[in-house]
Amino acid sequence: MAQQDITQQRYTDGKPNLRRFHQARWDEPINFELSREGQRGVLVPEVEEEIKDQVGDVLATLPLTVRRKAPPRLPELSQPQVLRHYLRLSQENLGADLNIEIGQGTCTMKYSPKINDQLAGHPKLAELHPLQDEDTAQGILEMMYRFEGMLKEISGMDRFSLQPAAGSAAIYTNASIIRAYHKSRGEADQRDEIITTIFSHPSNAACARTAGFKVITLYPGQDGYPDLEALKAAVSERTAGLLITNPEDTGIFNPRIEAFVEVVHEAGGLCVYDQANANGILGITRARDTGFDLCHFNLHKSFSSPHGCGGPGGGACGASEALAKFLPVPLVAYDGEKYYLDYDRPDSIGKVRPFYGDAPVVLRAYAWVMSLGAEGLREVAEIAVLNNNYLLNRMLEIPGLSAPYAEGKRRIEQVRYSWETLTEETGVHSEELGIRAADFGVHYWTSHHPFVVPEPCTLEPTESLSKDELDEYVAIVSHVTGEARTDPELVKTAPHNSTIHTIDHSPLDDRSQWAMTWRAYRRKAGGA
Amino acid sequence: MAERKKLGLIVNPVAGIGGRVGLKGSDGAEIQRQALKLGAVPQVLNRATQALEKIGNIDWLEIITYPGEMGEDAAKACGVEPKVIGSIKPGETTAEDTRKAARDMLRQGVDLLLFAGGDGTARDVYTAVGENLPALGIPAGVKIHSAVYATNPLSAGELAALYLKDRIGDLHEAEVMDLDEEAFRQGVVSAKLYGYLKIPFRTSLVQNLKMPSAGEGASLASIAYDVVEKMEDDWLYIIGPGTTTRAITDELGLGKTLIGVDVVLNRELVAADVNEAQLLDLLKGRRAKIIVTLIGGQGCVFGRGNQQISPQIIDKVGRENIIVVSSPEKLYALGQQPLWVDTGDEDVDRMLTGYIKVVTGYNQRAVRKVS
Repeated sequence: MAQQDITQQRYTDGKPNLRRFHQARWDEPINFELSREGQRGVLVPEVEEEIKDQVGDVLATLPLTVRRKAPPRLPELSQPQVLRHYLRLSQENLGADLNIEIGQGTCTMKYSPKINDQLAGHPKLAELHPLQDEDTAQGILEMMYRFEGMLKEISGMDRFSLQPAAGSAAIYTNASIIRAYHKSRGEADQRDEIITTIFSHPSNAACARTAGFKVITLYPGQDGYPDLEALKAAVSERTAGLLITNPEDTGIFNPRIEAFVEVVHEAGGLCVYDQANANGILGITRARDTGFDLCHFNLHKSFSSPHGCGGPGGGACGASEALAKFLPVPLVAYDGEKYYLDYDRPDSIGKVRPFYGDAPVVLRAYAWVMSLGAEGLREVAEIAVLNNNYLLNRMLEIPGLSAPYAEGKRRIEQVRYSWETLTEETGVHSEELGIRAADFGVHYWTSHHPFVVPEPCTLEPTESLSKDELDEYVAIVSHVTGEARTDPELVKTAPHNSTIHTIDHSPLDDRSQWAMTWRAYRRKAGGA
Repeated sequence: MAERKKLGLIVNPVAGIGGRVGLKGSDGAEIQRQALKLGAVPQVLNRATQALEKIGNIDWLEIITYPGEMGEDAAKACGVEPKVIGSIKPGETTAEDTRKAARDMLRQGVDLLLFAGGDGTARDVYTAVGENLPALGIPAGVKIHSAVYATNPLSAGELAALYLKDRIGDLHEAEVMDLDEEAFRQGVVSAKLYGYLKIPFRTSLVQNLKMPSAGEGASLASIAYDVVEKMEDDWLYIIGPGTTTRAITDELGLGKTLIGVDVVLNRELVAADVNEAQLLDLLKGRRAKIIVTLIGGQGCVFGRGNQQISPQIIDKVGRENIIVVSSPEKLYALGQQPLWVDTGDEDVDRMLTGYIKVVTGYNQRAVRKVS
């Protein structure tokens, strides 16, 4: 490839050129392999004799059961080694703050304002302890109480618990409330079936099973929308409830959602709205107005708190007045003078996690809503939908791409696309397009379970990106698919300009090779 | 350098020849002559070449094949010098040549047998090697009802390469189906399940490779556990053909006729590989349930490969006593395609249409439409 002029402008005729990107590549070992005996970050000084005499053996005050018999086998590294290690790893990442992050559809990778991180790190919050007397923690309790008020307004629900740690924890909580409700009516044994749809967030089926329910999954009808007739065939006196995401992970909004709720209610079941995909409907539709009994929001998605690699998140559970008594304890309450933790809730399902909700996550979400106001929230949704439909139209200009199910219809905030035609024509798979896209500095993702859409790719632009940035992303994807047609080997052997290499995925399909810890890996790999 | 892998290649030179001229198949010398007379041009060479090219640089591979149009030509078209075995009469190859070639490949110890053709070819390969040799079809025939074929020549090549490079180790039993061509030309569809070939299996070409999965085997075990747990005493269980239903008899510790219908009562096998008359006999005075799976890639529930379970039997058993089982993976692969039935009896077909709950795992059901 000919060298391009480094002084060349970023734009030609007002359109962005593809970046000449090259990522750092460190071949960095993992920290266990960097360990050398005796290397130290901090050497804690021996306790002085005088103090020892006074205090005695501190360790002896610990119960035997919590005392280690041998020191932990942690990697032994110096401070600068640790710093270099993590800086290098961070350079091998295409993080949300580094790239045009629209490639992780379903995750709502919107911009997390840095000032909110600063607030969350402020000593006034960071030095609070959840076991502190509530009299001394009035500020955060007030914030939680006020934030609950906002969520009530957004959803139409009557009470919220901020306790669940993430989306799936919230779905599990709601499934538990369904069981508690039927138990209170003496029908818990009979009503053991939960209905969901195949393109609902997969956690709906998974959490229902984890909570002990049988799961019935509906497939889309011929028109590509969730199938009302299938729902009618599925409900019975065994129906405990409906767990449904709307819009679904395809970005399709269920136009018959009110009828869905009606059918399930008539059968005696409860309806739970998974609002993980709420970003395109904030301030536009409300769960309770549609008749839903329960819902949840992901504070780490729709409400801008960062995803934090699997935690900390926040899964706020909302309930109608009739079901509020089942919410986890404690709820944050206000008696007109002070905020307090209300444990006096005899019908509660109990605790789903320690304490009351992840305070820094709630604070970021609260700050985000406060900075926007009600009008601003609605504008978030409108721009997210506009961005997504602009992207949809631009993407569909690329040959070989389709947006299956309800084709030709608009989507809400994300789209699950299919490269099936391109793959048939070129032999290049969606995943390979994504790896090649990384050579141009952007992240691109295929799909999570269920693998129904062939050669999938799921994009969600959120409200955070400009039209120019969307155009740049489309230009990269378009360029890569062009390469798939002219030089498929180039795409299939990617990455060329980004981190490391492709890996052998086959062990992922072989349970006997799965290793969850370094020790298990060494045992299975025959190292030790 | 490691020993070179051996790839067996068989091209059925007349496969697909009847299709473009509307002859609904290419079985039999007379039809093949007729097709050529109607101006048919064999496409099979092209398709075999496409698949081989997809394997890419084949230095690491020894290709063993039959002379001329049965494989040598396709290999040479990609610039490969194959090891040629056997002998044929050019222009007059028959089904027996395919069978003979397949048996020879087995003797040569090939790692994988790649064959280009249609349902007839798959049957011949199955007859010759059964489940003793991993095989994979390049689709080139008029009739492709067998699940042993890749979706197109490119993916056949890709799958073969992945398997030969040890990138996928899983083998999967896939259906060898064939229609009775004579009846098909008369407008009657009558498909039979002949057996299973072991094909390389990547959970699905639609699947994100980075997603760990325990594979279809885990789904089948989970389905079997569900069905067996809910089995009731003194009910007759009529168990249709297939690997999905075999998981159920495995769970019961019983044998299974893979391509036939077996009957279980009180967790014991009471009859194996039964026909319609025997089933009717067994049904006398007994309540019964039917357990069937759908055919991969097609979605047929009744009327293909399980005709022993006749409309009369289905009617006697009743819709509410039909248990349809399928792994989620098999359902996903169907996409938006509905399930269907073709029992030969319009009333029974109508009775079976509508929504059914398919058992997809322990305490898991999918609602799918039967049309």
